[in-house]
Amino acid sequence: MKGMKKELITLRVNNEDYEIFTYPNKTLLEVLREDLMLTGTKEGCSEGACGTCTVLMDGKPIRSCLMLAVEAQGKDITTIEGLSEDDELHPIQKNFIEQGAIQCGFCTPGMILTAKALLDENPRPTEDDIKVAISGNVCRCTGYAKIVKAIKESSK
Amino acid sequence: MKKFDYLKPTSLDEVFSLMEKFGSNAKLIAGGTDVMVLLKRKRIFPDVLISLRSVPNMAYIKDEKDKIRIGSMTTHRELETSTVIKEKLTALYDAVINLGSVQIRNVATIGGNIANAAPSADTACPLLVLDASCLLISSKGEREVELKDFFIAPGETVMKQDEILKEFIIPKPSKLSGSAYWKLSRRKAMDLPILGVAISLAMNEDKSIKKARIGLGVAAPTPIRAFKAEEFLTGKFLTDEVLAEAGNIASKEASPRDSIRGEAWYRREMIRVLTKRVATISFKRANIV
Repeated sequence: MKGMKKELITLRVNNEDYEIFTYPNKTLLEVLREDLMLTGTKEGCSEGACGTCTVLMDGKPIRSCLMLAVEAQGKDITTIEGLSEDDELHPIQKNFIEQGAIQCGFCTPGMILTAKALLDENPRPTEDDIKVAISGNVCRCTGYAKIVKAIKESSK
Repeated sequence: MKKFDYLKPTSLDEVFSLMEKFGSNAKLIAGGTDVMVLLKRKRIFPDVLISLRSVPNMAYIKDEKDKIRIGSMTTHRELETSTVIKEKLTALYDAVINLGSVQIRNVATIGGNIANAAPSADTACPLLVLDASCLLISSKGEREVELKDFFIAPGETVMKQDEILKEFIIPKPSKLSGSAYWKLSRRKAMDLPILGVAISLAMNEDKSIKKARIGLGVAAPTPIRAFKAEEFLTGKFLTDEVLAEAGNIASKEASPRDSIRGEAWYRREMIRVLTKRVATISFKRANIV
């Protein structure tokens, strides 16, 4: 056994390269939050059921709690911090605010990134497309109607 | 999570030598959506994770003359967005569109879903009724095992410790055939089935059944075929009475248990209901005018 030592890994997050010295059993979520201090990505269930840890990997939504950081090497990771440009919020973020689609805010980063991936793939989704796309993101404030509306607004 | 070493072999040969070196201290990881949960719940304690992600040519859908080959590292999302799967293996399409959520489907692999051998594995029933075989490969060679002979018990398969699941081989469905899968669950996304029923029907020109396959999930310790009900259907016309009797037979062949998701009596009742429903959909999809 070589002793489960820390390893130097390289991650590309929000178009910046980071070198992190960490254990292979650390999840991408843990490294984002604890090493890179990108705490916009939230930890909910930590078992892949709630969707609040969603990040984009090469543009596709994934659960960062079920992805080892070592497995994310060589991929483009986008977190909620990577959406705004300079001080300007991304249009989906603006619409979430304008439509009142944020209550406690805990599900919001995952919802917005899932919405971004949907709109990148399908710029004119139907309401059903939106509901299917966010079916893996739980909002315990149950503000789904406004979330769907905010995503719909972002498709215009 | 317990600490472990993480190895990322870049060829099958390297995978085999690592598997031989670490034996039962190693765990293979594909997409990781099952393995990570097992690690977090402290249900497995490997010293080493051997990742299959960097092994080339393990994710593919090959549409050949009379077969469709699916590489074991193909993700559910890749299956969901493939026209070959949507048009030719409709039961499998039905299963992958509702598995987990898009975040899971972007990562979770079909090989993992089957090798994990859960009684509730959504892709198992469709693959069973599509007469899929598993190509198992080791340093010593390869062998093909029909999926109906693959599962032994929950979490147990006929795979030996030195083997990995390389691909699924599925005979191309004939003309006048159709297949469907129904996941019975409280919600479509992010839920395991209370019961899964897949059926494929190959029809004769006169609308009698040439070949029937019925696959049941969460109806026994492993995904199973309802062989007696299949035999009963062969040569028959799809009348209400025939469908009802096929459902009765399939229900008797199952051995469901009471679990947190549903009780055994309910599963038995629903096998009757869903056998009729899914057979009807499969028949429609066979497009006999």
